[in-house]
Amino acid sequence: MTAPLHFHTIAELAPLVAAGRISSEALTRACLAEIDAHDRALNAFITVLGESALAQARERDAEIAAGRCRGPLHGIPISLKDLIDQAGVPTTAASRVREGHVAAADAPVTARLREAGAVLIGKTNLHEFAFGTTSDDSAFGAVRNPHDPARSPGGSSGGSAVAIVTGMSVASIGTDTGGSIRIPAAACGTVGLKPAWGEVPCDGVVALSPSLDHVGPLARSVADAWLLYLVLRGDATAALWPLPAARALKGLRLGVPRPYFHDILDDGVRERFAESLAWLRQAGVRTVDVAVPHATGIPPVYLHTSLPEATACHAATLASAPERYTRNVRLRLEMGRYVLAEDYVRAQTARDVLRAEVDAALDGCDALVLPTLPIPAPPIGAPTVDVGGTPQPVRQMMLRQTQLFNLTGHPAVSLPIGDTAAGLPCGIQLVGRRRDTEGLLATAAACEPHLIA
Amino acid sequence: MTIEDWLANACADADRRGLPDLEPLLVSLAEATRALRTTGWDDAAPAKPSTPAAPDPGAPR
Repeated sequence: MTAPLHFHTIAELAPLVAAGRISSEALTRACLAEIDAHDRALNAFITVLGESALAQARERDAEIAAGRCRGPLHGIPISLKDLIDQAGVPTTAASRVREGHVAAADAPVTARLREAGAVLIGKTNLHEFAFGTTSDDSAFGAVRNPHDPARSPGGSSGGSAVAIVTGMSVASIGTDTGGSIRIPAAACGTVGLKPAWGEVPCDGVVALSPSLDHVGPLARSVADAWLLYLVLRGDATAALWPLPAARALKGLRLGVPRPYFHDILDDGVRERFAESLAWLRQAGVRTVDVAVPHATGIPPVYLHTSLPEATACHAATLASAPERYTRNVRLRLEMGRYVLAEDYVRAQTARDVLRAEVDAALDGCDALVLPTLPIPAPPIGAPTVDVGGTPQPVRQMMLRQTQLFNLTGHPAVSLPIGDTAAGLPCGIQLVGRRRDTEGLLATAAACEPHLIA
Repeated sequence: MTIEDWLANACADADRRGLPDLEPLLVSLAEATRALRTTGWDDAAPAKPSTPAAPDPGAPR
């Protein structure tokens, strides 16, 4: 290990913590020092739990000294997107609407992390109420991308991705309603997993669009995301040793959906994706072109599902305190009031079609593979970006490759594939069969070593 | 209700509520609604069984 310890993966750190060779307190202090040094510029955290985290770390160290190790997360500093309840701590959702809120209890996912021995180091910044993809509409100010602070880290779990790549926490827990874990993972150069729908409980997490909402991990490796997923899902932590294994790479078959998903791509993203596929083929992966026949219809289906669900979740506070929302988020929530019930129902029929089409595309394949984002991280506040000489709306670009799998519930994971010539990270998205998140993770773990030169 | 009627009513309502900034968003929503309605989803929908089946726990609803 050459990088400082707090930049390593959970899989690397866990045996050292378990053996007492490094202390949780030292790891936690190192993460807190990174927060002290960089968070004023990057704005990744809304609440830093310094004293509480150090107290937790000392308790974990005492347990190791007494011969008790809870599992691979024992003593590992982990951050939570500030949409997830942690007992005694405000859940701001990055909004003034939530002023004065303090969570009475842990969300189930928080309780599971705590039971697994994780050290809860703080609550990360996000796009207000997770209703956006850039993390710039936040009552606590825009989150900034560490690769270029003038750019967005993606969103809505922007602070979580920034925390990981800057060593402020070893991993983070985010939420994903249209891509909000995978988008910032790609924009910042880390791993982000949206599990299959319904596997990880959303209780104690501020809802956005309940039929699209997912909770999942952002992490430095597929193995780390896998460990966190198992804990979030509620598996007994003692059963997590040994760490999950990748499947054999040779003979894996990946479906490449090109129509629609390759129609609008930044040149740098296209190059990195093509290069990554070439490396995978060289290593023995077979690829086959597939299609989602109704893919061009995805954005209206997403819009007519997400808007009315979000507006319903916010109806009370939109009526009582509309001025406390940021302008853009309020306007989008107001927009949802005008979606007709008949169109919401049409969108649900369309979801059945899309779900069947993704199932069909996966038939005979271990996973689908596509770019996670069609563009690198956009400048903060930009309404449009230039793609191939044409201005494209940032919001539509950010959601373009990811929202389908929220509509269908398929598990999906984003892995880093290196940077564009301008030094901005790109991501590749692997999509697994419905209800087979572990199969997807085994495939992703096999591909991961071949994705960055 | 036609999309044109819906859009006119929605813009008038937003204006009455003091939200004129909503108008461009409602125009884009109208375009999306037109796309949703003209895609022919019903023709492509998987056949539904005539009697209700047990709920699919993996389906996101």
